[in-house]
Amino acid sequence: MLVIEALVDKVIELDNQIFLLKIHCPEIANSIKPGQFLNVRVSENIYPLLRRPFSICNVEGDYFYLMFNVFGEGTKILASKKYGDSIDILGPLGNGFNYIGDYDTAVIVAGGLGAAPFPYLIKKIEKGKNIISFIGGKTYREVITHEMKNISIATDDGSLGFKGNVVELLNEHLELLKKNKIKIFACGPNSMLRALKEFCLINNFECEVSTESAMACGFGICQGCPIESTKNQDKYLLVCKDGPVFNVRDIII
Amino acid sequence: MNIVDLSVQVGPLNFRNPILLASGTVGYGNEMSEFLDLNKIGGIVTKSLSLKPRKGNPPQRIVETPSGMLNAIGLANVGVEVFLKEKIPFLKKYDVPLICNIAASTIEEYVECTKILTEEEAISAFEINVSCPNVKEGGLQFGNDISAVGKITEKVKSVTRKPVIVKLSPNVSYISEFAKIVKQEGGDAISAINTLVGTAFDINTRKPKIKNVTGGLSGPAIKPVALAKVLEIKQKVDIPIIGIGGIMNWKDIIEFMIAGSSAIQIGTLNFINPAAPIEMLQSLESYCMKNKIEKISQLTGSYQI
Ligand SMILES: Cc1cc2nc3c(=O)[nH]c(=O)nc-3n(C[C@H](O)[C@H](O)[C@H](O)COP(=O)(O)O)c2cc1C
Ligand code: FES
Repeated sequence: MLVIEALVDKVIELDNQIFLLKIHCPEIANSIKPGQFLNVRVSENIYPLLRRPFSICNVEGDYFYLMFNVFGEGTKILASKKYGDSIDILGPLGNGFNYIGDYDTAVIVAGGLGAAPFPYLIKKIEKGKNIISFIGGKTYREVITHEMKNISIATDDGSLGFKGNVVELLNEHLELLKKNKIKIFACGPNSMLRALKEFCLINNFECEVSTESAMACGFGICQGCPIESTKNQDKYLLVCKDGPVFNVRDIII
Repeated sequence: MNIVDLSVQVGPLNFRNPILLASGTVGYGNEMSEFLDLNKIGGIVTKSLSLKPRKGNPPQRIVETPSGMLNAIGLANVGVEVFLKEKIPFLKKYDVPLICNIAASTIEEYVECTKILTEEEAISAFEINVSCPNVKEGGLQFGNDISAVGKITEKVKSVTRKPVIVKLSPNVSYISEFAKIVKQEGGDAISAINTLVGTAFDINTRKPKIKNVTGGLSGPAIKPVALAKVLEIKQKVDIPIIGIGGIMNWKDIIEFMIAGSSAIQIGTLNFINPAAPIEMLQSLESYCMKNKIEKISQLTGSYQI
């Protein structure tokens, strides 16, 4: 965990107003794990004041990528970064996915910008394992397939792929999923994660989810990012420190 | 030997420099230690402790606002017992004054916490939080009540020999009236200010952006208010003041000292740049040298009004 001034290499615009920020920073690129995140100071000024958390999207040598859409003041500034600009990064933060283990098929489930952590995870999953991806969005505009593998798509309005949500799409493939020893890795809006949790409990699937929360510090000192725990209801877990990745059975979504 | 003497005195307490880390913005020190050498800062104030662990408020607890943030953490903390067992051992490894902040729902609870904690040698002083805006009982209910603040000061003082600092709320008409009663009842210093009550709405859902509806505003947005409160206390009451509110850089520290602070605390900035306190020490020294100030404490209350 460190604070570091890194250098922007470039901003790449994917389709649909989704951006990748490529940053040169060996210290982070060489130590970060899939599912971890970085807290980025987008401006030196006091507005926006707080850092913004971003999942690590991918790593290539001494470079890493963040994925974002232009949503507010902070991301607008990020989208305007140029080669050579410096950017203040705090991280690596959080725990990351447990992708090494006893399963033969990794099932990626992403809703909207929940696609962000998966290019790096997919890269890191060992060669012998299968990877299949289920990607959802409200409309085709929200579907992000960047560097995903074996893709099936669901949209709420049916504008692309299966008409319905991504968990309903998983249900369509239930037979296939049950045939393999799968582990699900998911990230997306809470409504999706909630439905996914139920689906995993019913079918007894292993599942890790990357959760989101408002954050101030990102490293455990502000208590701003609580999430309810199933094991101990007298105490919240912290998304930034105990997560952002949780076994879906350990949290109440 | 430093050319400039950065050490300051706050009543009976000595700090190697005026920079302390504010309650609720450093946890119990361990995470911060990854970013800065705790031995180099003036002091650490713990997250508010209560007698029993507190779960705190449900999410969403925080939201950014223009040049500030609202929080309604609800005093989530491990409680006095776990603090002594699990948190103090880490802090003991450092040679840095440790101030225990206490928050409670009843006067008896303040007393009980102090009684237990005062036995611990590693604790240098207490900061009594009578100003948390985010809990139903205690907090501002006390912070708005002069006689309650007086009574809490008196009772806490009666069970400890350690210095007692009372942390006041800015959500009152005359903060100096509160400082006056703290002094009368034997309090050693004032911390000012805690957060200001604020709120924010989502214009699409028309719901408050934080679950608790209101929260405490902190960050640079509150600095002018904090400075005015420090000045008011300085002008009306003879008691040492620890200035808090929106400090983002070394110039802000100087400003707080000019307005009457003997020391200061850094809060929200710890979330943004946890290494900032160390970076600022150097600048404080340069400022003093340039202005031929031998002891930084000479700045306290040096306003030219
Ligand atoms: C997330 C957060 C949690 C806080 N928790 C406490 C607390 O437990 N006890 C307390 O006395 N003050 C607490 N405070 C108030 C700070 O100590 C400080 O008085 C206030 O934030 C103003 O300073 P700043 O503008 O530098 O942050 C908290 C502030 C923040 C932002
Ligand atoms: S964001 Fe501060 S504790 Fe999690």
